Amino acid sequence: MSDENSFDTGSLPEVTRNNPPVVVCDNVHVRYKTLATGKKLKLGSKDVMTRKRELREVHALKGISFVAHKNESIGIIGSNGSGKSTLMRSITGLTPTSEGAIYATSRPNLLGVGAALIPDLSGARNIVLGSLALGLTHDEIDAKFNDIVEFTGLEDFIDLPMRTYSSGMSQRLKFAIATSVQHEILIVDEALNVGDKKFRDRSEGRIRAIRENAGTVFLVSHSMRTIKDTCNRALWIEKGELIADGPALEVIRKYQAFTKAEKAKETEEEPG
Amino acid sequence: MDMARLAAEHGLERVGGRPSLPEYVKQLLNRSDFTYTLAKYRMQSENERNRLGMLWVLLRPGFSALIYGTVFGYIMKGASARPDDFAPFVIIGVFVLEFFNTSMNGGAKSIISNASLVQSLPFPRIVLPIAKVFQNLLDFIPTFIFMALLVILFGARPGWDWFLFIPLVFLFWVFNQGVAFIFARATVHFRDLSQVTPFISRMIFYTSGVFFDLKVMIDKINPALQPFADWQPINNVLSIARGILMKDGVVPYDYFWHLAIWAFGIFIIGFVFFWQAEERFGRDE
Repeated sequence: MSDENSFDTGSLPEVTRNNPPVVVCDNVHVRYKTLATGKKLKLGSKDVMTRKRELREVHALKGISFVAHKNESIGIIGSNGSGKSTLMRSITGLTPTSEGAIYATSRPNLLGVGAALIPDLSGARNIVLGSLALGLTHDEIDAKFNDIVEFTGLEDFIDLPMRTYSSGMSQRLKFAIATSVQHEILIVDEALNVGDKKFRDRSEGRIRAIRENAGTVFLVSHSMRTIKDTCNRALWIEKGELIADGPALEVIRKYQAFTKAEKAKETEEEPG
Repeated sequence: MDMARLAAEHGLERVGGRPSLPEYVKQLLNRSDFTYTLAKYRMQSENERNRLGMLWVLLRPGFSALIYGTVFGYIMKGASARPDDFAPFVIIGVFVLEFFNTSMNGGAKSIISNASLVQSLPFPRIVLPIAKVFQNLLDFIPTFIFMALLVILFGARPGWDWFLFIPLVFLFWVFNQGVAFIFARATVHFRDLSQVTPFISRMIFYTSGVFFDLKVMIDKINPALQPFADWQPINNVLSIARGILMKDGVVPYDYFWHLAIWAFGIFIIGFVFFWQAEERFGRDE
């Protein structure tokens, strides 16, 4: 066991290091090719009418490697556009890797059931439809239905069409459906920032429960508080590179030092 | 120690691969509840928004039949190849073709209009075109009953041979499903195709003998082309339906096996064609 963990700096020692790996990212590169249009125009320049389309390559991930173990909950942090979401999308298999490979025990799920729901139907019917979309059977849904309704706190509105819900209400419904299933590997992309304080506390509890029930959670968030509260490990990605991987508190401390330094630099550069 | 070996040791599989064909069929069967519920709920929600609700399922082809009946039955009276009993003839043509058209167009959009669903949840993508065509089948059944009532008004009398509709509708459904598979994948590769499908369905409308007898028409052009009429799958369906429903209709039993070959051939080709691109659906190209 010691050998296979030599490159794995992240996990907290006792809890997860001895658990089997569930996701392995091996030197993952992602490159996009996009047509760059909209060149800067110079005054009086003749090529206003000639459209030059240039193929630009965006190197979104530059060789990310890590091993995620069973039972870990991993926070992904980094500035905007650093490649966090690209990494999550590659893990689900939706964005193909240009180099390297990703292995997983089961197909990782994004936490999101919203796309399966139909706004014209009642909340209750949407619970059935959403749960089926997540792979539950009718019997399992019957057993879980009341729990889901209770968790949303929408008992009085459950027979109204979903389109009549406020955005907070429908977010709650979606979160309740999505987390009612035991995911083996779950990816949550900034989902915890919705709803009021009471609901936020409850949803953090749910994420923790998923983790404790032998699942692995990836959480992408800009809220350091959320990461601190829910994750035991963090990955810090900056400009497509993995800068730090380790216990959540340590990585967050490094990241915060970095952002502070960046801010200081910016204010220096723009005097006045 | 290399990571690929670590992954293999713990039985991890590479993400983004495509399951084998038998595995894929198994996954699909496991999702039959989802497929059925998706079709049922979508049909209800699409029709409940309108004030007349489910009635629109009947009104849509009803209006088309009225328009074509008026244009080709009265305004262009005397146009060649107009069969006897024109009203039931057109009604059967328009109503039956509606199932094909909605399946082809719906199939073409089934993946691209569900992009966010495809990107957020793992399930065999073929669920989407299947649910769409099944939804169209559910829409077709009341249409079909309405059509039978109209034809009775024009003098048809129900008989035992009306039970032939069970195999006919089944084969037609299988055929439409195959077509939907092919278009569902094709529009993912060439998104512009979804702009072209309305023209394709119009082309099929005018060449399948909806408001004229294809056999009679082809006889006038060039009798050597007769096999075209005998093997045109939509004409097969329409001719059998008319043979069953119309007053002096004769069921062309030959056409049943022509249609069966088409239906299962297209279904299998379409299924494999769709499966081959399974891992590409939802990716941003």
